[in-house]
Amino acid sequence: MADVAKPADVAKPADTAKPADSTEKDLVVIGSGPGGYTAAIRAAQLGLKVAVVERDAVGGICTNWGCIPTKALLRTAEIIETLKHADEFGIVVEGVKPDFDKVIARSRSVAEKNSKGIEYLFKKNKIELIRGTAKLTKSGNRAALTVDGKALAAKNILLATGARPKPLPGIEHDGKSIISYKEAMALKTKPARLVIIGAGAIGVEFAYFYNQLGTKVTLLEALPQILPVEDEEVAAALAKRFKATGIEVQTGVKVERVEKGATVIVHLAGGAKVEAEQCLLAAGVRGNVEGIGLEECGVKLDRGFISVDLKSYRTSVENVFAIGDVIGPPMLAHKASAEAIACVEVMAKHKVHAVNYSAIPGCTYCHPEIASVGLTEKKAKEAGLKFKIGRFPFMASGKARAAGETDGFVKVLVGDPHGEILGAHIIGGASTDMIATLTLAASNELTSDEILSTVHAHPTFAEAMKEAVAAALGEAIDI
Amino acid sequence: MASIINMPRLSPTMEEGVLAKWTKKEGDKISPGDVIAEVETDKANMDFPLEDEGVLLKLLVKEGTTVKLGDPVAILGEVGEDPVKALADLKLGSVAAPAEAKPAAEAKPAAEAKPAAAKMAKDPEEETAPANAPASAAKTAAAPVAPPKSVAPPKSETLNPQPSTLNSTGRVKVSPLARKIADERGVDVRSISGSGPGGRVVKRDVLEARAGGRTRAAAPINLEDVLGPASQMRKAIARRLTEAKREVPHIYLTADATVDRLFDLREQLNELGGPKVSVNDLVIKAYAMALRRIPEANSSWTAEGIVRHGRVDISVAVSIPDGLITPVVRGAAEKAVTDIAQEVKSLAERGKQKKLKPEEYSDGTASISNLGMYGVREFVAIINPPEAVILAVGAAQKRAVVRERDGKDEMIIARQMTLTLSCDHRVVDGVLGAQLLAEIVKILEKPMAMVI
Repeated sequence: MADVAKPADVAKPADTAKPADSTEKDLVVIGSGPGGYTAAIRAAQLGLKVAVVERDAVGGICTNWGCIPTKALLRTAEIIETLKHADEFGIVVEGVKPDFDKVIARSRSVAEKNSKGIEYLFKKNKIELIRGTAKLTKSGNRAALTVDGKALAAKNILLATGARPKPLPGIEHDGKSIISYKEAMALKTKPARLVIIGAGAIGVEFAYFYNQLGTKVTLLEALPQILPVEDEEVAAALAKRFKATGIEVQTGVKVERVEKGATVIVHLAGGAKVEAEQCLLAAGVRGNVEGIGLEECGVKLDRGFISVDLKSYRTSVENVFAIGDVIGPPMLAHKASAEAIACVEVMAKHKVHAVNYSAIPGCTYCHPEIASVGLTEKKAKEAGLKFKIGRFPFMASGKARAAGETDGFVKVLVGDPHGEILGAHIIGGASTDMIATLTLAASNELTSDEILSTVHAHPTFAEAMKEAVAAALGEAIDI
Repeated sequence: MASIINMPRLSPTMEEGVLAKWTKKEGDKISPGDVIAEVETDKANMDFPLEDEGVLLKLLVKEGTTVKLGDPVAILGEVGEDPVKALADLKLGSVAAPAEAKPAAEAKPAAEAKPAAAKMAKDPEEETAPANAPASAAKTAAAPVAPPKSVAPPKSETLNPQPSTLNSTGRVKVSPLARKIADERGVDVRSISGSGPGGRVVKRDVLEARAGGRTRAAAPINLEDVLGPASQMRKAIARRLTEAKREVPHIYLTADATVDRLFDLREQLNELGGPKVSVNDLVIKAYAMALRRIPEANSSWTAEGIVRHGRVDISVAVSIPDGLITPVVRGAAEKAVTDIAQEVKSLAERGKQKKLKPEEYSDGTASISNLGMYGVREFVAIINPPEAVILAVGAAQKRAVVRERDGKDEMIIARQMTLTLSCDHRVVDGVLGAQLLAEIVKILEKPMAMVI
């Protein structure tokens, strides 16, 4: 997931800006995000000669401007929230005050360390890191490659160029008034008011973060629920919690225009308006497909994403492959990494760990956390599947009560009659870690029998998953 | 120094082999990998390759001889070496000869171990790559024992088809959900090739598989051509039938037999108890009796002249997995129908298990092939040389038959069977063939002749 910052912004340390190796590479990966760097390392493990071309910071959006730095920010927000309830735990805490500069600095430092970690992994795996901008050129039926105009011989090319924030019609990011996640995680001053357009994972996470830091947050969503891809019940529970903690949540609203001045004023259909210091536009992302010579080489696109065969990740050009955000949703780092491994294994004619697209987990890291895998109740009904629903509230969990984390629940859709896990939705607890177990079950077609005969440690949040499955069968013990 | 070449183990269950044909002659130079002979094993004709080099000094057995595993078949020596002296030397050193035979005998347990049954330490790579398991298991099983010195290891074992989901321990990898659905639908998961991680059978595979012979969901259509190895048996069938069809001038004669009485007889025989007699058993008997009556047809064309066989030994075509085998009912003309029935049953069963000894499926004098049970009305068969005739038997069907009675034509319903005799025209002319066919029909239509 190469970032799209202008080349002028990009620092090019002299030591890594050496010219391309003259010998041909088996694989050149374009982009060093979670798709690109994973592909490069797996390819090196399989004995391929690999180079990675990156025009910005190593690690892509995930490491530098996404997954990792936001988790650092959210940890701060969580601590603030916990401290607000310190007296419940018997601690007297006074004068809690976030130092915004330090919060941002810590997040940047975490990102930088992770980026360096990837550079180290490249060295360890003898992967050549080439700083520059790659471009495909036509070479017969195949594609060749240049980096900053210089030819780089490559047998195979893997496009892992990622995605970038998508503007709305008439509402473009300007980096000052209308910002993207990138500016939102490195603001100089904390805004007094923030309006967020789009209540997907990015919008929701920033809403939580800024709200805990004392910003007055308004979260706008065009669809009827926040976190539109999540289960309705889970989204409703989060919306309720957000409202209770002071976030103004408006769903089913259409943004007409954004008026920029000393402040920004977001005009909604029907005449309502929301005023704030800044507007975070988080209404989705689009693939980075421009300026890399795709058209010239005949790499076909479909609705703005690169078309690939989902088994080999080969594009319409024989020696060009693509993975991750640039081939389309779901736009998730772990989806990109899984595709990276499968793609490279196909390329190296190794045994392939194919991606199971029906069991890709999704996580949102506000508090309470949200995680899910498989179908939502609505989707399962639409598909005409027969299933039973099991729910287990953390209120009934000993561990959750002890931890003071009784918000939320586990909801599972258990297939009828075989007991397979059609979907699992968790809000609260340690959901983003817990989802791994249910993903393992869903991905490998384990059924309620296997889950119920697996001993779960007590007391844990994870017990709730087993209890939810038991509840679907009317066999729960603790509720 | 000359050395003795012994009969190698060319199939896992082989105890002896018929040296069918020498492909090298005395005095020929041998390079490693050269095939010196074709050997008929219990399964099929196999190539007999050597790993050593030298000169074939002496062939010790004639073509067609049955040789026990490890027994000497030839002497390999150096250029200019005197075969007589070498033979004399080797006779002195014949105690040493079994040393070469021994490894072959020792190889038996290892080579016989079926890949799926081979119990070995869990190899994670094989666990997750079951498609490779048969080959690698066979490799591992064969590894502890070196193959006999002068014999290239037989490669046929690795060709045994195995369901792809069986791993090295014989366990089927199947998801719990797939197992439940398979049990419910009566689908045998062992017959399904898995598409999940490491060849695991998953729900989709079961849904796409046939349930109990019926198609529940359309099987996936594979549009790709798949090239697979031909088994030794298929190669043997290909070679021998191509040769027969090319070398032997076939003529075909067809006649119908009315077999109502034959069916009555069979019913009566079966009412007596004892071995169950099939229509085919009766046709074998009738065929053998007819050959006894028309002995000129019971012959073979050879380079030296025409052999008139004294014995009437009927080769009966039996379908077995991936091919067919022709066990021989010896002296069928003189045997009781019930004895034939018993013998055919035993031969066919053992043939299907590939347990027939070479002498049980070679040296027939005439063949019979019956596809009546598959509803085939009539067909023509390829002669099985050096035999001169083969009888192709169609289904016994009720047909509308016009017959003359009291000077008037009338139509009756009769059970009829169409028989087609293929004859080697070099030995059996049309008229002779017609006489044989007429005798067969006569006996089938007046079947009491078979039991008196």
